[in-house]
Amino acid sequence: MPRRKLRNRIAAHLALMPFLIFAVFPFYHMALTSLKQNRELYDRNAVPLLIRQGPTLEHYQKLLWDTGFLTWTKNSLLVTVCSTVVSLVIGTIAAYALARLKFFAVASLGTGIFVTYLVPTSLLFLPLAQVVNWLGLGDSKWALIVTYPTFLVPFCTWLLMGYFRTVPKEVEECAMVDGATRIQALLRIVLPIAVPGLVCAALFAFTLSWNEFIYALTFTSSSDQLTASVGVTSELIRGDIYYWGSLMAGAVLASVPIVILYVFFLDYYVSGLTAGAIK
Amino acid sequence: MAIGTVGVAAAADRTSLRAKAWGLLDREEWLGPIFVSPALILLLLLVAYPFCMALYFSVSNAFIGRPSHFVGLRNFIDLWGSDAFRQTFQNAFVFSGAAVGAKLFLGISLALLLNEQLWFKRLIRGAVLLPWVIPTALSTLGWSWMFNSLYSVVNWTGLALGLMNPPGPNWLGQQYYAMTAVVVVNIWRGLPFFAITILAGLVAIPRELYEAAEADGAGPVARFWHVTLPLLKPVLAIVVLFSTIFTFSDFNIVYVLTHGGPINSTHLFATLARQIGLETGRIGEGAAISLYLFPALMIVVWAQLRFVRKQAY
Repeated sequence: MPRRKLRNRIAAHLALMPFLIFAVFPFYHMALTSLKQNRELYDRNAVPLLIRQGPTLEHYQKLLWDTGFLTWTKNSLLVTVCSTVVSLVIGTIAAYALARLKFFAVASLGTGIFVTYLVPTSLLFLPLAQVVNWLGLGDSKWALIVTYPTFLVPFCTWLLMGYFRTVPKEVEECAMVDGATRIQALLRIVLPIAVPGLVCAALFAFTLSWNEFIYALTFTSSSDQLTASVGVTSELIRGDIYYWGSLMAGAVLASVPIVILYVFFLDYYVSGLTAGAIK
Repeated sequence: MAIGTVGVAAAADRTSLRAKAWGLLDREEWLGPIFVSPALILLLLLVAYPFCMALYFSVSNAFIGRPSHFVGLRNFIDLWGSDAFRQTFQNAFVFSGAAVGAKLFLGISLALLLNEQLWFKRLIRGAVLLPWVIPTALSTLGWSWMFNSLYSVVNWTGLALGLMNPPGPNWLGQQYYAMTAVVVVNIWRGLPFFAITILAGLVAIPRELYEAAEADGAGPVARFWHVTLPLLKPVLAIVVLFSTIFTFSDFNIVYVLTHGGPINSTHLFATLARQIGLETGRIGEGAAISLYLFPALMIVVWAQLRFVRKQAY
């Protein structure tokens, strides 16, 4: 490698360091806090960047056995899996129709779905709380399974429309000439080609609903109905007393499912992030 | 005999009916609406209808558990008499302006760096994107510990490096520092979206253009201004538009970090709407507050439909 090139490369890495520290440090500090003994945690003379007095799992033990954390995590999983599956099915067929079929008002329907994709949840949570009550789902995790698809379906539809457009029309037409119905062609030809798109949509739907906060905070209040994010942020704080060790342990554990997905599917996250904004 | 014939005829009828149904599903003008209708019903019922309800609430004196009456635009006008609302209105623009501006500048810088030849490309990208995938409410909780008034690691580092005077700022308890803290966390969480999307735009710029510019004697700065930036404009426009909506309507960060305090100095429309509409029960007023998000949303939707989608198709 020429000298100049090597020097540029090292300079780029050095310039990236502040960005990387900024991005990762909060997680390091969270994990560190969750493993520290209270004695060291609340010692103003201790160095906050290290564990000097030995790590401990007491905060994790307290979180798992003395709080509703396991219930909240189970709720989060149920809500996330159900709303992801529902949204993926609804989004897939809608995207196929909007990308491929010619029918009445198809263009304006596509625009309509795009516009709902932009409506922020913080604009709708007040009236939706009323709708949820009318449906008899007040203070229930089922309210979340019903309402999460409202932002997941537009997202999945929008993402998948882009993928379906990249499948050549001829492939599908060939199958239909050979006697397959349109639905068979969709199931056997188009969907298998669009698998990367489906994986991407599923990952994003899972992440978005696992991370959702404002609806979960508004529509549920009993401890046994909460999701992990809401449970950790609201139930672990008693009045003005913050149990920082357990709080950080909760934040770390509740992020684990997403981190696992993330490690295995990083490239899908990257492509989905850009496709969502560009397509 | 007779019974048998009837049975056969009915069966034939049924199969022909089924065949007919399948035939309909083969026709685009039928299959299309059938496939779109679940999404359409869901969005009409749980997005369009609540939105109309929000419009109705905002022109009524709705209060939890009480019949409501039409009051015209009084909620929208009365809000201007409230210090909390005027402060929130100002906060929303300060917060969004500062956060989106910083994210744009840092996002371009970070994307340019990520576009260089790197040794641990995947690892670095993974680290950069991390703040975006972790649940915001939880990572913000981590930040609130980092900004804690007694044990702040930010202040400890600042003091250790000699950048602050002891005891250092009380980040979440003082007006301007609290706003700074909220903006910093928003930048932290939104930067990956900017960087990764802009990076995708950078990768798409043809190499020949740089080579041609270099042959014409353009230095790195001139190449950035005359090649990179103009070609990046559409991507930048999309990123800024998206981010503007989601920054303007942000809820999680402020709610977890400061609850809108101290003395409303970090309230945004969404957090104030929740406080007024749910915690004090004045739904009408709360709905009016969240509808102040609507003009911003309209502008962005309009710009998206007019400029961005036109370019895409």
